[in-house]
Amino acid sequence: MNFKTNLKNLILIALATLILNACSTAKKADGLDGDVYTGKETVEFLASGVPDRVFFATNKSSLTTKSRETLRKQATFLRKNKNLSVTIEGHADERGTREFNLALGERRANAAKDYLMTYGISGKRISVISYGKERPVNTESTPLAWSQNRRSVTVKIN
Amino acid sequence: MKKNLLLILILFFLTQPAFSLIEVDITRGNLDPLPIAISPLHVDLKSEKVEGLKIKDFGVNISKIIEQNFRGTGLFNPLKKEAFVQKPDIAHLKPRFEDWRLIKAQALVTGKLLVKDNKLKVEFRLWDLTAAKEMTALAFTTTPSNWRRVAHIISDKIYERLTGEQGYFDTRIIYVAESGPKNKRIKKLAIMDQDGANTKYLTLGNELVLTPRFNPTNQMVTYLSYFRNLPRVYLLDIETGTQEVVGNFPGMTFAPRFSPDGKKIIMSFAKDGNSDIYTMDLETRVVERITENSAIDTSPSFSPDGKFISFNSDRSGLQQIYVMRSDGSNIKRITFGNGIYGTPVWSPRGDLIAFTKMRKGKFYIGVMRTDGSGERLLTENFYQEAPSWSPNGRVLMFYRETKSGPQGKGFSAKLWSIDITGYNERKVSTETDASDPSWSSLLSK
Repeated sequence: MNFKTNLKNLILIALATLILNACSTAKKADGLDGDVYTGKETVEFLASGVPDRVFFATNKSSLTTKSRETLRKQATFLRKNKNLSVTIEGHADERGTREFNLALGERRANAAKDYLMTYGISGKRISVISYGKERPVNTESTPLAWSQNRRSVTVKIN
Repeated sequence: MKKNLLLILILFFLTQPAFSLIEVDITRGNLDPLPIAISPLHVDLKSEKVEGLKIKDFGVNISKIIEQNFRGTGLFNPLKKEAFVQKPDIAHLKPRFEDWRLIKAQALVTGKLLVKDNKLKVEFRLWDLTAAKEMTALAFTTTPSNWRRVAHIISDKIYERLTGEQGYFDTRIIYVAESGPKNKRIKKLAIMDQDGANTKYLTLGNELVLTPRFNPTNQMVTYLSYFRNLPRVYLLDIETGTQEVVGNFPGMTFAPRFSPDGKKIIMSFAKDGNSDIYTMDLETRVVERITENSAIDTSPSFSPDGKFISFNSDRSGLQQIYVMRSDGSNIKRITFGNGIYGTPVWSPRGDLIAFTKMRKGKFYIGVMRTDGSGERLLTENFYQEAPSWSPNGRVLMFYRETKSGPQGKGFSAKLWSIDITGYNERKVSTETDASDPSWSSLLSK
């Protein structure tokens, strides 16, 4: 019974998503807004409803409205779990020079860290590391894969 | 490496000035490569045996390496040995010039070798076939296991005599050897001869390593290692294997290079999202901050006289190349073309800066004058970057990555080289996938 209602809900959600997708502009196709990834593929969760990562535009480290929303959820989660420390990994896509990408990854990780700190999380609980273009999550050479790789990921370390 | 340098130059240099007719114009690329005959070196029958080495084949093998080196320049056309008309020992004494001219050779290399008392004695001569005379001759002694280097040193001497420029064959490349899937790449520091021989791996691949660069004497390497997940610039002594972190920075240091006198390391230090350029004196350990800007400043490279530094920065909004005095003053942007620019590297001659350019989804390796004028793009590809200069400033080596399909299928990274004329693009042979090449200076000067 329960399973059936769940399935029904799922179908409804899927339908709603389809309709919404159809209504949205062509820009948002494939889970991209401009070139910032907005989809759910590759995303993991720190806890239920708390996504672990945010995505960035090419060569940029500014946070989008959606990224801020995600980071506020992370801040709430971290405030509730006071003993938890995290590492924020900053990443870049493969379409830049290696050294510049290391700097860019570091800047992205710090953008996320700064935002968590403005929401009351102590900087002592957050370390950052940049991997530049060295650790892609999607290894295909496509604009979609690159958008999924331009990311900062919050990882629990204890 | 020092041990190898016990190469002793003896015997004779040609004293009379050779006014030869043949000369290779290297500014034009490979439009008209010079036909050259490289005779196998004659192996003296009195040569002693050395365990593990095929002395009998030294003559042929040395000449093959010289041939490969010369073909690789694009400036020479080494002729097929089957057409050779004289025996190596006789040709070395006095070639019959008419016969060699018949097979359309313009220059001829001959030589002989002897192994005695565990020493390899080599002698070679370069003949101008058009003028029917000897152009240069040289002999030297080394240990037999050094036979490949003998071939490279002979190549350098001939190249120098025919082009008027320093050679680049007796050199090594340090690079990052890559293996494994694209999302979990295993990377090791590797070193090899310029022609791909004698590969040695300097790290085990337990941690990510990137961007190795030689010091001016080729005994030290500075690189980035993620040892203990703390990305820092390291210094490695190739002979002893000793490694140490450079400085005591509370964050990531990266993009290291040596100053031209080898006394300092210049690098980026990233703090709170901002990368600036610093130097550290290896003797006094004094750290100096060179740039102070809220944008990303990285990929610093000194001019060969040590007076200037080029680097890339996104302070204008996008990645561009800048030049400043070595104290950080007088910063000038030098790239204004369409596209974004990175990885400036100053030529060892001081006249050019090599760079990577990105435009409309393509990557280019190019050169320009140090004020940014005279930009020339040498090669276009899906992805390529990180040019490194040959010690004579004629050739650039860089790495190229292929476009990959789903799950990273078809991905590869390889080293390539190209002449600064834009001619003679070649894949450099490596045992594994490879990236981040750094070319040494000449091992024997």
